[in-house]
Amino acid sequence: MEILVCARRVPDTSENEIQLNSAGDDIERDELVYSINEADNYAVEEALQIVARVGGNVTVATVGGEDDEEILRREMAMGANHGVMISDEAFSGSDGRGIATILKAFVQKGHYDLILTGIQAEDGGAQVGGMLAALLDYPFASLVNSIEVLEGKKLKVSREIAGGNKEMNEIDLPCVLSIQTGINEPRYVGMKGIRQVASVPIPTFSASDLGLGANAVGEAAAKVKRVDYFVPALGKGAEILRGTREENINKVLELVAAKGGLK
Amino acid sequence: MARIFAYIVHKAGVPDDSAFELAAAARKLDGAASPTAILTGWGADLDAACKTLGASYPEIWKIANEALAYPNAELVRKALVKVLPSGSIVLVPHEHFGIDLAPGLSIKTNSAFVSDVLDIAGVEGADLKVVRQEFGGQVSAHVRCDISSGAVVTIRPGAFKAGEAASGGGLVVDKSNEVGALAAGRRYLETVVAEAGDVDITKYNVLVSIGRGIQEKDNVAIAQELADAMGAAVSCSRPVVDAKWMEKSRQVGSSGKTVKPKVYLACGISGSFQHLAGLKGSPFLIAINKNPKAPIFQVADVGIVDDILEFLPELTNKVREMRSVA
Repeated sequence: MEILVCARRVPDTSENEIQLNSAGDDIERDELVYSINEADNYAVEEALQIVARVGGNVTVATVGGEDDEEILRREMAMGANHGVMISDEAFSGSDGRGIATILKAFVQKGHYDLILTGIQAEDGGAQVGGMLAALLDYPFASLVNSIEVLEGKKLKVSREIAGGNKEMNEIDLPCVLSIQTGINEPRYVGMKGIRQVASVPIPTFSASDLGLGANAVGEAAAKVKRVDYFVPALGKGAEILRGTREENINKVLELVAAKGGLK
Repeated sequence: MARIFAYIVHKAGVPDDSAFELAAAARKLDGAASPTAILTGWGADLDAACKTLGASYPEIWKIANEALAYPNAELVRKALVKVLPSGSIVLVPHEHFGIDLAPGLSIKTNSAFVSDVLDIAGVEGADLKVVRQEFGGQVSAHVRCDISSGAVVTIRPGAFKAGEAASGGGLVVDKSNEVGALAAGRRYLETVVAEAGDVDITKYNVLVSIGRGIQEKDNVAIAQELADAMGAAVSCSRPVVDAKWMEKSRQVGSSGKTVKPKVYLACGISGSFQHLAGLKGSPFLIAINKNPKAPIFQVADVGIVDDILEFLPELTNKVREMRSVA
């Protein structure tokens, strides 16, 4: 099975306190730790596990710039056969539809049976997978948390729905699936593995390689634009205990008891 | 402004809470609007849902089709594309069905898409300005959306308060004949209900709930010791289950369990809306997190900025001390 995984490099919210810059038009990016978007990493692991069962190749592609190459190398160190950079100045400012349009053009350059994306990026809208599927007229399933390859160019996939329940579906290939976190246990990638793929060439595709005009993607085509970031004026918010740890512990126990929690 | 539609999620003849929240969102979008409910389904359940909606919507567009008895997003999308007037603004709840439906619907209706909207900041001409959250709720953003050729907007559950039935009427318009035969590349098979798990976290007055801040599987014991000392249970947020540190049955949230404890100790939990959606009955919420910017502090009653790996063991010792004296 030929599998394409669309991945992104994002600020890692588990590693960062996200703050606004002084202008308020962006977050403070200088000190941020970036990594592959968590759900995308699960998608790559899932692709590798499918290929281990039924054969094939895994290609990881990202729409971005030079800095984003590190996630391609990381996923190649995990076992992805190919990394692909889709990069052009004309792409900057693209909205979700623009990114999906770029990816569609790339998909049509190859032959993929299955296309995976992460369900959502830290700063994203859970949108690109569903849009890409609609642009390609492929079937789509979101929030996928298990995949089984069936005979006859079909998959059995489960979707995570409310209350921890699973919705089971059969879906025809080729299709697009957006992968939920927790679907598998992504393998560890060490520095050694990344060094081993450090010199593997990563092909780059530009707007003209993909036959994309400037009016189809990028800022000019974007119907959706972020205006600014802000920290909302909160409601009451928590009463922050500012005592010593021991004082805080005593206060917590007092409160728990008062609320009927300790008997 | 263009006509506003609210896509209604319903089950067993009962509209989801989101049905009434979308009506509130539509009225915030356009105070003069009379939003139209649109829903798909089959049989008596569909008619029952339409009837209930009459209290909140002046007009209800019904699409009855046997293929839509179970809401398969691809089929629903194909039905909606046939029925929706071009340029419509379509509101969809941002939950597991809406996430499946909405992005593709925006492509097929050639309209703008903006997702997981918490608030409407204003509309000027064809410019819709909305509020979203990014980075796990640590910051919010204003997003501008050109709605001149219509829009699909997903609305975060709970973000808009369902108001009084301001403008009901409930005229049901049957659009079924406009749809025709439907087929999809994805077919629903069955729903598998979650396993019960070893501990029923819904039965406890106190939950010691852990998040990513617990850092590794071996540290779960730190929370378990505190829970044992207090007669509580350990629950958790999604990252703990994703990492396989605890069973899915311990997860609180929209994709996990809904709990109603008296006291909820959120330990190293950032406080995503999906997690908070699993907390009902307004428990007393105490948050302990070393990140002072964690969104959990916005909703907690009491907050402590501290490292749970140090704080919890000391708290456990103190509980044990008290118990041995008493």
